Amino acid sequence: MREVAILGVGQTKFGELWDRSFREIGIEAGLQALVDAKLSSADLGGLYLGNMASGTLLEQEHIAPLILDYAGLAGRHLPAMRVEGGGASGSLALHQGYLAVASGQYDFVVVGGAEKMTDVAETTANQITSSTADHEWEVVFGATLPALWALIARRHMHEFGTTREQLARFAVHDHEMASKNPLAHYRNKLTLEQVVGAGEVAEPLGVLDCAPLSDGAAAVVLGPLETAKQHTDTPIRIAASEVACDTMAVQHREKITSLQSTVVAAERAFRRARRAPVDVRVAEVHDAYTISALLALEDLGFVEKGRGGPEFASGRFGMDGALTINPSGGLKAQGRPFGAVGVAQVAEVVRQLRGEAKDRQVAGATFGLTHDVAGTGATSVVHLLERTN
Amino acid sequence: MSVARFWRETPRRYNLGGSKCTNCNTVYFPPRSVCPTCPSHRKTLEKMVPFQLSGEGTVYSFTVVHDAAEGFEMQVPYVLALVKTVEGPMLTGQVVDVNPPEVKIGLRVRATFRKLREEGAAGVIHYGYKFAPAGEAGAGPEPRARLAPVASSPAGSSDRAPA
Repeated sequence: MREVAILGVGQTKFGELWDRSFREIGIEAGLQALVDAKLSSADLGGLYLGNMASGTLLEQEHIAPLILDYAGLAGRHLPAMRVEGGGASGSLALHQGYLAVASGQYDFVVVGGAEKMTDVAETTANQITSSTADHEWEVVFGATLPALWALIARRHMHEFGTTREQLARFAVHDHEMASKNPLAHYRNKLTLEQVVGAGEVAEPLGVLDCAPLSDGAAAVVLGPLETAKQHTDTPIRIAASEVACDTMAVQHREKITSLQSTVVAAERAFRRARRAPVDVRVAEVHDAYTISALLALEDLGFVEKGRGGPEFASGRFGMDGALTINPSGGLKAQGRPFGAVGVAQVAEVVRQLRGEAKDRQVAGATFGLTHDVAGTGATSVVHLLERTN
Repeated sequence: MSVARFWRETPRRYNLGGSKCTNCNTVYFPPRSVCPTCPSHRKTLEKMVPFQLSGEGTVYSFTVVHDAAEGFEMQVPYVLALVKTVEGPMLTGQVVDVNPPEVKIGLRVRATFRKLREEGAAGVIHYGYKFAPAGEAGAGPEPRARLAPVASSPAGSSDRAPA
């Protein structure tokens, strides 16, 4: 296996992109990444596309060759394939692209993530996203994704004394960060009172505890690390790409106040990279719900189990902390185009490690982490990224 | 969705039919074809036997849902809970016949057979378990009497089941 580097990144604006089609946003992100990597499409080995639900959201399956075609590459007959794993589809596509380059099968691949969620009614989109939970034994009985995360939140409050306000702080943080991100879905700041006082979705979670449904796409170009300097002055090495899975339904877990898939994926990643959580300077973590971000801090090893609420409230994960989380604004405020999320997280950490994040630049960041979760934690993906010069 | 998709689950949804590993005695709901607990999964393939849950349990966690799942819009706000059964498995289901503020972690509940949701005006009606406060020990009907008769053939499919 050879070392793999990220040579280029691209990302569209996230939001309700009513005037733009799925193929337009997919191609925009991919071409941006190719230009950024100074790579001719003639050098490409293949395309991996993360997408959760094009079939139900767009009535269009088989989308990887579609994007390849409209990128002008159909005549080159490149291999293109979609990777699906709910909200973690983008990270799983990156994992596949990483393996393909590491193995030597392809030299250069584009990994894209794209989701177009506002072409259906919001109720339909919510029903589709809930299908990343266990339909037969959760959804049929009245569960939604936020309701299942609310069950986790209530139990965390019960076991560790976590408070409603501690949860709300994650949303305030994300909106503050996104106010400096021109690609973000929401750039407005929120107060603690606004988050706590917002309409209820599934108690204790309100509407401002939940990430939105967004349209958007992101892409990265991968290639061998040894020749990366021909493409960029600041190659970003993929120090680890790890996937771990768990039971589909929350009800089948021994404990529900921790995502074991995240714990295990993080352990594997740090072991492979021979690094520790304390080495991470910048992290994009899964914050689809405020409780998700709290669990992420604990399960990734940044704080002790049960201490996520008070530790985050202390302010140590802000822009000036030893570890800054979600400088992009995270899923909550940058936006949540499901299949694009994992690739966008990586694109943000690459921008940070290269020192190209402008107003939201985390000072001195050379080592970063991304953490992507599907459903209620049946899949977690952790990537560790390192600046090599 | 087709009727068959729901009909085939009636032994589980109507009567809490789970399974038990005769190697390690762990009970599962819904039933499993291999035991996730035993170190050698392959050796448990022939060891899983049907096992019926009593429907008795306690609330492990709960939420009050305001933004409903599809088909549940008429029921908001409703309580959704994880219920830890006395036999071990945890189930996801609504808690009914109770004021939402009275639901607490640790509340004793008992499974009860109810209509879950309808697929629009002309679609399939889904039935299955919900949970209600169990009250004092010994009070009320025997738990099994509250559940539906076993539907063992297509003639007992969900559209005939009592509401």
